[in-house]
Amino acid sequence: MGDYYNPDDLGRFSEVGKTRPDLFRKFSEWYNASLEPGALSRREKVLIGLAVAHALQCPYCIDSFTQGCLEEGMHMDHITEAVHVASAVRGGASLVHGIQARNCAERLSL
Amino acid sequence: MTFRDKLISIGEYPVIAKGIRVLQANLGFGCNMACRHCHIRGGPRAEQRMDRATARAVQKVLCEYDIPILDLTGGAPELNPCFRDLVTEARRSGKHVISRTNLTIFFDKGMHDLPEFYRNNSVEIIASLPHFTAGPADRVRGDGAFEKSIEALRILNSLGYGTGNDGAELHLVYNPPGAFLPPPQETLEQEYRQRLSSDFGISFHRLFTFTNMPLGRFRDFLSSTGNLEPYMKRLRDAFNPATLEHIMCRNLISVGWDGRLYCCDFNQAIGLAVQEDLPCHIDDFDLDSLASREIATGDHCYACTAGQGST
Repeated sequence: MGDYYNPDDLGRFSEVGKTRPDLFRKFSEWYNASLEPGALSRREKVLIGLAVAHALQCPYCIDSFTQGCLEEGMHMDHITEAVHVASAVRGGASLVHGIQARNCAERLSL
Repeated sequence: MTFRDKLISIGEYPVIAKGIRVLQANLGFGCNMACRHCHIRGGPRAEQRMDRATARAVQKVLCEYDIPILDLTGGAPELNPCFRDLVTEARRSGKHVISRTNLTIFFDKGMHDLPEFYRNNSVEIIASLPHFTAGPADRVRGDGAFEKSIEALRILNSLGYGTGNDGAELHLVYNPPGAFLPPPQETLEQEYRQRLSSDFGISFHRLFTFTNMPLGRFRDFLSSTGNLEPYMKRLRDAFNPATLEHIMCRNLISVGWDGRLYCCDFNQAIGLAVQEDLPCHIDDFDLDSLASREIATGDHCYACTAGQGST
């Protein structure tokens, strides 16, 4: 049995646009524009992409943005710190909902 | 798409030389290191070495023709017994000399006076330093290489190299430590300058970023790790036609360790000699026919023409 994810499929991303090419074109324009340098450098944006890729656990994005980070002159120290930021924020997003649980418990409890 | 077909598709085939300003001589594949990205598989056991007759032929060509620059490479060019004579004779003839050094050679037996030799002859130094920290640098060049390189750079700085003095140009070369393209040169140069100064008190003139050639030991790495085709695709996708104007083969001719002529050292690595109807050995050198030659190309040329290009 093969794997769900095939690294070669990342290179086939544009085939999604074989159906409703207008929507894929809009996505591509937006995606590429969002990574253009602006107030943030391309390097900063690529690192953000890497962090988000880990928060979402998208293997394609992880592959693509890891290569992007390396090609911006970053190395494992940069990448690992970004992964920790993504993981800590994601963990915190769960943890802060613990206040919800506490609120509920207080409402129900004598 | 092959590199040749790519050039044809954009109307840039063939690539024609625009004169010869640089005579690059590969003095042999012998080296005190065995770097993982080496396109010629240089190392301590390599036996290819330019002999004295061929070195004399190189000197003769420099004397006879108005080629302003001699560029010495290897392996470690300093290991060739003809190296110092080539430098001093070229300087005596008023030529500018470049030496592509690995820096660690300064600490080999019999090489401790190399820094002074370089300074006394105003040799321009282009030195490999894959990173400004030890981890990535040593992964490419071997354990301890970074520490020796830093010490070598300190010695060169103490002699005036990289500090703004005339005749003491010191440039560094970055190669990516893996199957990916280099970052923007200007951005990385700023980082190198800031970190080498703050961490080690070292200064230099320019940083050059080179894309790794899919040849030699680096190709072995690509093949054994399943990276070859993805890397070649990366290079093809990053093809930048604007780089064609200034690629180094436009005004450089390369002499192999055995005297054969190539359009660049990378072509030498794969035995891709100049076109058959041209002088093919340094003994038969003819500037007029070589200066406007059609440049021999192959798919490895995607590396020099990727992204910002390789300086």
